Amino acid sequence: MSHATQKQNPAFYAVIALLVFMSVGPVLLMFVNSFKLDVDILSGTSGLLFFPTIQNYETALCDILWYEPDHLRFCQLKFGGAFVNSLTIAIISTILTLVIGAMAAYGLVRFRFLGRDTVSTTTLLVRMVPPAVLLVPVFGLWNNQFCLDQNGLLGGWIKDIFGGRGDPCLAGTHSGIILIYVAMNLPFVIWILQSFIVQVPRSLEEAARVDGAGPFQVFFMVVLPLIKPGLAAAAIFTFRIAWNEYLLASALSDRDTKTVPILIVNNMSEFNVEWGVIMATGMLLAIPPIIFTLLASRQIITGMTAGAVKG
Amino acid sequence: MSDMTVAKGMNQRRPAKRKAVSLANRLSPYAFVGPAIIVLFIALIIPLGYMIYGSMLDWTASQSIEEADFIGLKNYTDLWNDPRFMKSVSVTLRFAFIVVVVELIVGVGLALLLDRDIKGMTFLRTMFILPMMIAPVVVGLMWRFMYHPSDGTFNRFLEKIGLPSVDWLGEHALMSVIIADIWQWTPFIFILALAALQSLPRSTLEAARIDGASPWQQIIYIKLPLMMPVLIVTALLRLIDAFKVLEVILVLTDGGPGQETQILSHRINETMTEVRHLGEAAAMANYLLILLMALTLGMLGFNRWQENRTARIRAAAEEDV
Repeated sequence: MSHATQKQNPAFYAVIALLVFMSVGPVLLMFVNSFKLDVDILSGTSGLLFFPTIQNYETALCDILWYEPDHLRFCQLKFGGAFVNSLTIAIISTILTLVIGAMAAYGLVRFRFLGRDTVSTTTLLVRMVPPAVLLVPVFGLWNNQFCLDQNGLLGGWIKDIFGGRGDPCLAGTHSGIILIYVAMNLPFVIWILQSFIVQVPRSLEEAARVDGAGPFQVFFMVVLPLIKPGLAAAAIFTFRIAWNEYLLASALSDRDTKTVPILIVNNMSEFNVEWGVIMATGMLLAIPPIIFTLLASRQIITGMTAGAVKG
Repeated sequence: MSDMTVAKGMNQRRPAKRKAVSLANRLSPYAFVGPAIIVLFIALIIPLGYMIYGSMLDWTASQSIEEADFIGLKNYTDLWNDPRFMKSVSVTLRFAFIVVVVELIVGVGLALLLDRDIKGMTFLRTMFILPMMIAPVVVGLMWRFMYHPSDGTFNRFLEKIGLPSVDWLGEHALMSVIIADIWQWTPFIFILALAALQSLPRSTLEAARIDGASPWQQIIYIKLPLMMPVLIVTALLRLIDAFKVLEVILVLTDGGPGQETQILSHRINETMTEVRHLGEAAAMANYLLILLMALTLGMLGFNRWQENRTARIRAAAEEDV
């Protein structure tokens, strides 16, 4: 606001430094502690005077390490598998949400189904629904209704391949969790991509049409490449929700499809928390969002402000 | 012979093909929007309907929905008279309002303070986004360590400077949970408020400065009123999210001690996974949804009223000119 003539005084920079310290401090604390042994964390020798170790990370990931860490007698925590689950679920649901959402956004903008107002109201309404509200119906439906008859053709086939008791259901599968994440994120993605698609000049699309491209070719070859920034913003938000979500995943997953947040919560509710290991796991879970933040803070801010500031 | 058939076939195929293309063109809008509608229908609309139906059943987790008895609105009236449910409603409302008000004041204050040409604004914003991007479960984990009664960062610090330690997650559980949320989400309001500030019309601010308005007058009479629409939407988004908070509380206090920090989401989860009474959990979820809907509509209404008022003021000002 004020012109550059005004020199900011040092107190001002001190305030800023304090704010940065407050917002990053807890993350740094977790980062440092994840390289400490529990003895060091609890002994109170604070600061950076300790011998860093990756033992906590080895304990957390023992089930996917290619060697056996010396300090472990047997592999109790199975975080490695959970990481694979989390990654699978987050990546697939992000891709699906983006493709389906971009198509819908394009359809809504170009063929004028509904006005922008209707879409933003719907977005707001869906955003309003807390995951806890979906908990009961999703648990019930995914376990009982969204099932295939085990004597039927497809159901029998799935049962032969994956095994299991009773009818094969959506609950306990990766697809079950992915489906609900896609649905939860779709309205937001549609809404944010609309504002990018509106800006794509129609003449480009018409030129492609004249050259003989069909509607889908126009969409995938012309429109999608032009809205990359929007896709990036949408992808980060979708990935973040799918990667961080706990509640619905805990209701829908079984032993083999648990994601990382579930294991963290389970290990935190025990009386004696192994701080080092749990912080190492927390750090691993935090790494992808931290990377996104450092690389794409611009897109994140676009995604955040798009709704409120432009109306 | 074969030549003729080919020619005939081509003659026939051409209009057919054209027709097919135009049909494809006519259907393509549905093809674009269709998948989204199908997914939303299966995974949002059906579950919501299922929940409304389920909330009228005497339904436990060991029964399938067909075996449960229909009991009308009994779950709702039971809940209405259940002090434990009412307690969690009050915790939810207190949590949400305190969090939103404090975050608004701090976030907007910081935005007003930091709205200057300073070097490294991008860096600053990046650092501020960090808490929001990290999983709530991990946020809970970090704060639970810092709040630890004997080994936590805060009590160690208090001890070092000679103050008595604080029972963060016991006696002051709700406050501690609120502090963690403020840490995580104030940046959200800060960033939106800053964006709003920087999109204000320069000319208005310039005019005010030339007329000799003091910095405080500029803030109170010009900046805040002009930012109001954005601030209302921001507050609404935060309010909605405050009702969704679950993981941080689950990890920090698990709703305790007693019911001090048991927000509605937590109670729904508990009723479903521990009490295993699905009908009641569904009714609770419906109450939560109704509460949120009322708040959202209220704030949107207020927003519209505010916008109309601004428009009227602007019109009046133009008439004066």
